[in-house]
Amino acid sequence: MTDPTTGVKTVSGGRASSAPLMGRDEEPTLFELSVTGRTAASFRTSGLPEWSAEELVPADHLQTEPTPVAEISERDLVAHFTRLTHRQYSVDLGAYPLGSCTMKYNPKLCDEAASLAGLANIHPAAPPSLTQGWLELLVELEDILCSITGMKAATLQPPAGAAGELTGLLLMRAWHAAQGRQRTKVIIPDSAHGTNPASVTLGGYQTVTVPSDERGLVDVAALRERLDDDVAGIMLTNPNTLGLFEEDIVEIAGAVHEVGGLLYYDGANLNAILGITRPGDMGFDIVHMNLHKTFAVPHGGGGPGAGPVAVSPRLAEYLPGPMPIRHDDGTYGWMTPARSIGRVHGWHGNGLALARAYSYILANGGDGLKRVAEAAVLNATWLRHRLRGTYDIPYDRPNMHEFVAAATNLKKAKGIKALDVAKRLLEEGFHAPTVYFPLIVDEALMIEPTETESPQTLVALAEALERIAADTGESAKAAPRTSPVGRVDEARAARQLIPTFDARPVTSTGDEAADTMESPAARF
Amino acid sequence: MGHFVPHTDAEIAEMLAFVGLSSLDELFEAVPAALRLAGGLDLAPGLSEPDVAVEMERLADANVAVGRDLVCFAGGGAYDHEIPSVVRRVAYRSEYVTAYTPYQPEVSQGVLQTLFEYQTLIARLTGLPIANASLYDGATACVEAVNLAVAATGNQRVLVSRGVNPQWREVVRTYAVGTGHEIEEIALEDGLTAWSSVSGSAGAVLVQYPNYLGCLEDLAEARRVADATGALLLVAFDPVAAGLVRSPGSYGADVVVGEGQPFGTPLGFGGPYLGLFACKQEHVRRLPGRLVGETVDTEGRRAYVTTLRTREQDIRREKASSNVCTNQTLIAVCCTIQLAWLGTAGLREMALRCARATRYTREAVLAIDGVGPLASAPVLREFAISLPNGMSGETVVERMADEGFLAGIPLGAEYGGGLLIAATERRTRTEIDAYAAALEKVVR
Ligand SMILES: Cc1ncc(COP(=O)(O)O)c(C=O)c1O
Repeated sequence: MTDPTTGVKTVSGGRASSAPLMGRDEEPTLFELSVTGRTAASFRTSGLPEWSAEELVPADHLQTEPTPVAEISERDLVAHFTRLTHRQYSVDLGAYPLGSCTMKYNPKLCDEAASLAGLANIHPAAPPSLTQGWLELLVELEDILCSITGMKAATLQPPAGAAGELTGLLLMRAWHAAQGRQRTKVIIPDSAHGTNPASVTLGGYQTVTVPSDERGLVDVAALRERLDDDVAGIMLTNPNTLGLFEEDIVEIAGAVHEVGGLLYYDGANLNAILGITRPGDMGFDIVHMNLHKTFAVPHGGGGPGAGPVAVSPRLAEYLPGPMPIRHDDGTYGWMTPARSIGRVHGWHGNGLALARAYSYILANGGDGLKRVAEAAVLNATWLRHRLRGTYDIPYDRPNMHEFVAAATNLKKAKGIKALDVAKRLLEEGFHAPTVYFPLIVDEALMIEPTETESPQTLVALAEALERIAADTGESAKAAPRTSPVGRVDEARAARQLIPTFDARPVTSTGDEAADTMESPAARF
Repeated sequence: MGHFVPHTDAEIAEMLAFVGLSSLDELFEAVPAALRLAGGLDLAPGLSEPDVAVEMERLADANVAVGRDLVCFAGGGAYDHEIPSVVRRVAYRSEYVTAYTPYQPEVSQGVLQTLFEYQTLIARLTGLPIANASLYDGATACVEAVNLAVAATGNQRVLVSRGVNPQWREVVRTYAVGTGHEIEEIALEDGLTAWSSVSGSAGAVLVQYPNYLGCLEDLAEARRVADATGALLLVAFDPVAAGLVRSPGSYGADVVVGEGQPFGTPLGFGGPYLGLFACKQEHVRRLPGRLVGETVDTEGRRAYVTTLRTREQDIRREKASSNVCTNQTLIAVCCTIQLAWLGTAGLREMALRCARATRYTREAVLAIDGVGPLASAPVLREFAISLPNGMSGETVVERMADEGFLAGIPLGAEYGGGLLIAATERRTRTEIDAYAAALEKVVR
């Protein structure tokens, strides 16, 4: 199809409304599909003596009944899980404008790289003489991440963003302790992601919240009021969770450093600034990156990711060990920094996720990564302009890779809430934006198209959002009508907890009052 | 460069015009000029797909791989188990691989139901009623278990057996600096936790079963000691053992954690792996991470959704039960498919074959002159040996690599040195005989 007036092609590859989901029957669980005595397993011919369980395991340890798993043929097993995948939206199916999550396309070449036998079949305890390729990859990746963020040294151990945050806070703690200081507070903005305050607590600090001003940026005057010599540091993401660049970052950094605090950069939004500016140049001391956002490691339905942490020179000697290093003779090995805080992962981090990110960076190169940021910001900016008349834009100023719209006008006019917009968008063949986050925006719709969506997909997404805004309240509330299930009863799930098949039909958790708090809030 | 950005130059120009700008640079006007990177990133230019493949293969070929180059007798929390083709073919379908966390349940039933099945399986293996939707790995699952126990008991004294994987213990110590927990270790005696040395009150007792040296600990005694100190009993459990031994839940463990890598995840140089976490019903409000529950949709159809979310960081913020957000869902999917493929009989068969291979290897290795057992307690899939004439485990591993084996994991000074050896269901009599012959040569 082409637009008759402009001649521009309008068919979009990012819309999944043609996906052939067949019917809306329930899929039985594995346990209901089981038939006693059926099995799919097969094993190597070992030639070993066939000692019995009784000969091998002392009687007081030996189980009397086998652990029930499931009993299913390989054919039924494959059909079951394949049908389940037909009940699942994904980036490979269509656009996923989930703000803060950077749901970009995950290049398949990275999947191939991570499944190479020479990477996948390496035991993590194997000595350096057997793992030179892995060590080189890790050292190179550390160097690249330092150069992208403007930092001096990095650890690849943290397995996700939140783990990176806690690692960063422990580094902060170790550094203050070495200066002979006992500090108690960490400042975070009211727009911060929930993992920030949760990590602050686990790092042994109290959270102090700094409000945002009318621009949607950190209120610098309010920040100054909170700064004293009890402040260990501040955690910021820049651009922030409204998608806005913290323009006063240099002043903020100066003020925090003045009281002896450190600046922590939550790298969830790094996609916006690749090759444009660097946290190190802004004055940050500690940076975590979400390789599962910025560097295209697929989210896997919730993980795994990787959350490396990079630091400025004065924090390098505290990094978790062991760290991969390049020796003077060009070979690779391990080294534990002098004042290391210790391991934060059982091994060396999420290795195969790191390999994916490395191959993504190689494919893009410095020039390609800058292009990523440019296209990500262009797409978000275009969409904000396009939706301006249709949705409220509470902070209508130049955004970066994402922006926050609001359904406040629709709610007032027809009772259509952000949640209804989200559910209607599912019907339109798109994933929903992040809703009710950041917490400082009412009826928030946080939209991050990412750079891999084409202009045609953006038009289709905008048109869908416009149709929704033109909808009646009743229609919006009935959505989604085309998905494998309709809206689910979340309150009931919490009230009558059924966390396993064996807990069916119903057990009660006893403490039901707490769950009336179960809100539709914060979904990302 | 920019293989994955679809925009044509004409489209970029058109989009810029629509937003009233004349260059891509102007998009970044909010970034102060002094902060702008003048020349862009100091990185090599982008490579084509085939060129990336060549580079990744070069790195992969610079490793000495298990299977291709080496027969694996190393374990220590990372095992060379069979991964059937169904795991790769089904778990790596792009709907599983490229979805986000199931925040929109109506279009996420695939991941949600798979996680519900996973939780059911982990509950059954551990013998506890509640299992979460995964944590990062065995080590960080121990940290979460310790945090739960301290919150539940209000006692920050944490007793950790030296039979717990030393790297996991180190991770527990690292995180305890933030929370202020006091971590004390309980020594081993002939490979088993010396329970009689424990006194005073505590918030948590953490023991591994079978332990790092492969030995089967006395969980009934662990439970008694936990009760005597007022602590919760936390058991780091090898899920493969669930094919043969009684579950930790049957001994009254409050929390069972573990490393799920043995079910469907390659060695991968240590990750991504799978943190298992299960607990008693009474601790469900303190459960870290996501939990999937069954419910119904508006038309009464069975449906699944993440639940009891008021525990989690996005709602509870600084009072959350944990900071975990992104977890290891895809690895949990692999684990679910692998367990379903094994089935009830297959899980038992797998564990039995591990135990047989381990007994056979142990007997063959202990027959070598100068090699002795580090512990006499019964083992399942792993055992520890002492080496002759003060030879180090590191030396043995290096020399055995030349013979085509990853011989095991060198044991640290706290165990008196030696080597930790694992034999899974993948090991054959021919491989083990060759291994023992090579080891005899190497230690001579
Ligand atoms: C702004 C922000 N900070 C931190 C995180 C936490 O990262 P992760 O989910 O990898 O732990 C996220 C992602 O969920 C995020 O969007």
